[in-house]
Amino acid sequence: MTAFRQTDVVVVGSGFGGAIPAYHLAAGGASVTVLERGPWLAADEFEHDFKFGSSSTRVFEFTMGEGMNVLGGNCVGGGSVVYFAAMPRAPRFVFERQGSLGRRMWPTAVTRETLDPWYDRVAQALPITCSSWDDVTYSGGVFAAACDHAGRTANPVAAAIDTDLCTNCNWMMSGCKFDAKRSLLLNYLPAAVGHGARILPLHEVQRIERTTGGDFRVHYTVVDPVDYRVQVAAGVIEAKVVVVAAGAAATPVILQRSEEQLGAMPAAVGRYFSGNGERLNTAVLNEDRVREVLGLDRGDGLAYAANQIGRGPSAASWDRLDGSLPEFSRYSLEQLYFPPGFGTILAQAPDAVGPTWFGPDKKEILRRWQSWLTIFIMSEDDNEGVFGPPPLTGNADRISMQMLSRGNLRYEPTANTRHGWALADADIRDILERDGLARVMPWTNDVIGAYTVHPLASCRMGDDPATSALNDMNELREHPGIFVTDGSAVPGALTVNPAFTIAALAERAVPGIVRAARARGVDVRYLGSLPPAARAGRPVVVPSV
Amino acid sequence: MDTTLTTDQVLTLEAFADTIIPGEKRGPEDRAIAGAATGGGAVASGAIELMLSPEGGLADTLDDLADGLNEHARDYAARVGLTPEPAVTPFVALAFADRIALARELLSPGHPEQELWVALAMFSAMAWDTGAHMHTTEALAAGHPGLTAMGFMPPDPDGAWRFPRFSYGRPLAAIHPRTTPRGDPE
Repeated sequence: MTAFRQTDVVVVGSGFGGAIPAYHLAAGGASVTVLERGPWLAADEFEHDFKFGSSSTRVFEFTMGEGMNVLGGNCVGGGSVVYFAAMPRAPRFVFERQGSLGRRMWPTAVTRETLDPWYDRVAQALPITCSSWDDVTYSGGVFAAACDHAGRTANPVAAAIDTDLCTNCNWMMSGCKFDAKRSLLLNYLPAAVGHGARILPLHEVQRIERTTGGDFRVHYTVVDPVDYRVQVAAGVIEAKVVVVAAGAAATPVILQRSEEQLGAMPAAVGRYFSGNGERLNTAVLNEDRVREVLGLDRGDGLAYAANQIGRGPSAASWDRLDGSLPEFSRYSLEQLYFPPGFGTILAQAPDAVGPTWFGPDKKEILRRWQSWLTIFIMSEDDNEGVFGPPPLTGNADRISMQMLSRGNLRYEPTANTRHGWALADADIRDILERDGLARVMPWTNDVIGAYTVHPLASCRMGDDPATSALNDMNELREHPGIFVTDGSAVPGALTVNPAFTIAALAERAVPGIVRAARARGVDVRYLGSLPPAARAGRPVVVPSV
Repeated sequence: MDTTLTTDQVLTLEAFADTIIPGEKRGPEDRAIAGAATGGGAVASGAIELMLSPEGGLADTLDDLADGLNEHARDYAARVGLTPEPAVTPFVALAFADRIALARELLSPGHPEQELWVALAMFSAMAWDTGAHMHTTEALAAGHPGLTAMGFMPPDPDGAWRFPRFSYGRPLAAIHPRTTPRGDPE
């Protein structure tokens, strides 16, 4: 059966890039429908459970590519449900980056200065708070102390977390059952629904076409809530404006599949993908040396042994976020927690005599898992990723019922990217192996290639039509009425966690989307309001599909 | 146990899982588990159950994977001059060091089937460090070998994890000089 609906604006995806326009357009009077391919879960459905089929596998997607793997949200709220809520602004130099273009890759209109007011709005809406040392977990603390011992600085990381509610359970990747993490389920999305927006979960958009009258038809399938490989229905929804925010691993694929009806896409659609220069190192700490060298003590006889305790990144080293350094040598180092499974498979045993990531030596370092410290590198990669032809449906071929799929992204790191990684790897080793504090190894890329939790730039904004898919107001070149507002619009790696920047750019794009909607006859205004910051819980009934 | 797998196929998959995260033998006659490490390994942690789980998406390919492992083991044995042992499957027949050597070949960049064997290795590892074929609270209560060996701390009585003590609670480094009053990099 094919359903048919009409609305003023269709928003594809409900993460930061989708939820923010959805709220403003609905608040301004437009009828808004949000199509989200993942399920809609409430706090009591977020489980502390590794079992396949629990919220851990339902709410995110691991898309394997050739040389690059993307871990992202797949649920109402998108990445905000599975993210670690670290929210630093991108440093000023990032907006001046040239990459391999030899000229500024960001639009002239976007600088840290011009984006700051939009950052401010997001900070107020979520809200985001400036962390103190009391908020830094044992993991962040031991990293900060090691940085200090090495003559470096370290900062508590600003976060969108209500620390009064947080239990430091470290199950953030499965969704926050305590509503401590300020996901979009707590602010923009309920506020959008409050203004009449409809959110349709398990609706996977396949393609967009144009009507003879100049409007758009958005084609979707409805997927089974347990086995995402099964499509239970299909439908079409007609709209005057389309906002595509399906995530940087899916947005370009939808646009590629739409080429046949919409006409040729800008060359930059599906090119210039960036993994935010990400990479992980695992340190296995020597508990005695942590006590002796760093003077740390938890007060219960333990120096550290706290890998399990906490809430994602709480401390970071920004010593290399220095605009005077050459491009491709700047990065941040951030303490991070990854749960077992994803967080252990690619870790290498430092002194292995046999294989490093499996076998007896790997088992030995796993026995010391509570003494692990994971360090996350966010560096300047070279926008190497390119998407191949789209699969039949979705952005990737599904392998398992949930969570795992194979996509068409190819990524071969250039010498520039590898140079940054090597510098950062050596820096981590210098900090953490000093005076016998730990043994450190980077995750291996030999097994599945590189990986990112922050996919960016696959449909980027810019001033040059040859190298950017969007103009400086996020409108798709040659296809007026289609806007892209998710991480795919960000021109390149940010050297810090990107959620805040994606959200700020989405806020910035809204007035232009409102203008475009008005020009197409939609009775909508830009009010400039924000969701009530204190609002918690979900007074929204999940609709049947 | 899924009836579509033969006993030999199960033993072969167990031998591979035990190569990824080795464990101690279940008894003196155990051939699938090589006994290369103390404590329960991937097999005792539920590797086969996880491979067979319908959610994982691997179940339909396991018979081919088991047969493929034996093909590669037969080829490996011929290459290094090992004498075939007809009583068990070729992969199970390999000594642990040879299983490791063959697994390194199959899991290396450039091997045409690398992706298949990486998937099987990942399931083997995940069985040990997550016990993802069962609820985590139940796995811990049952003394799951991997989670127990990792020291994974138990939940509160309601099955949720809480750590009221989580911070050293004091400044541990100088803040970067170019930090804004809001706590961002300049």
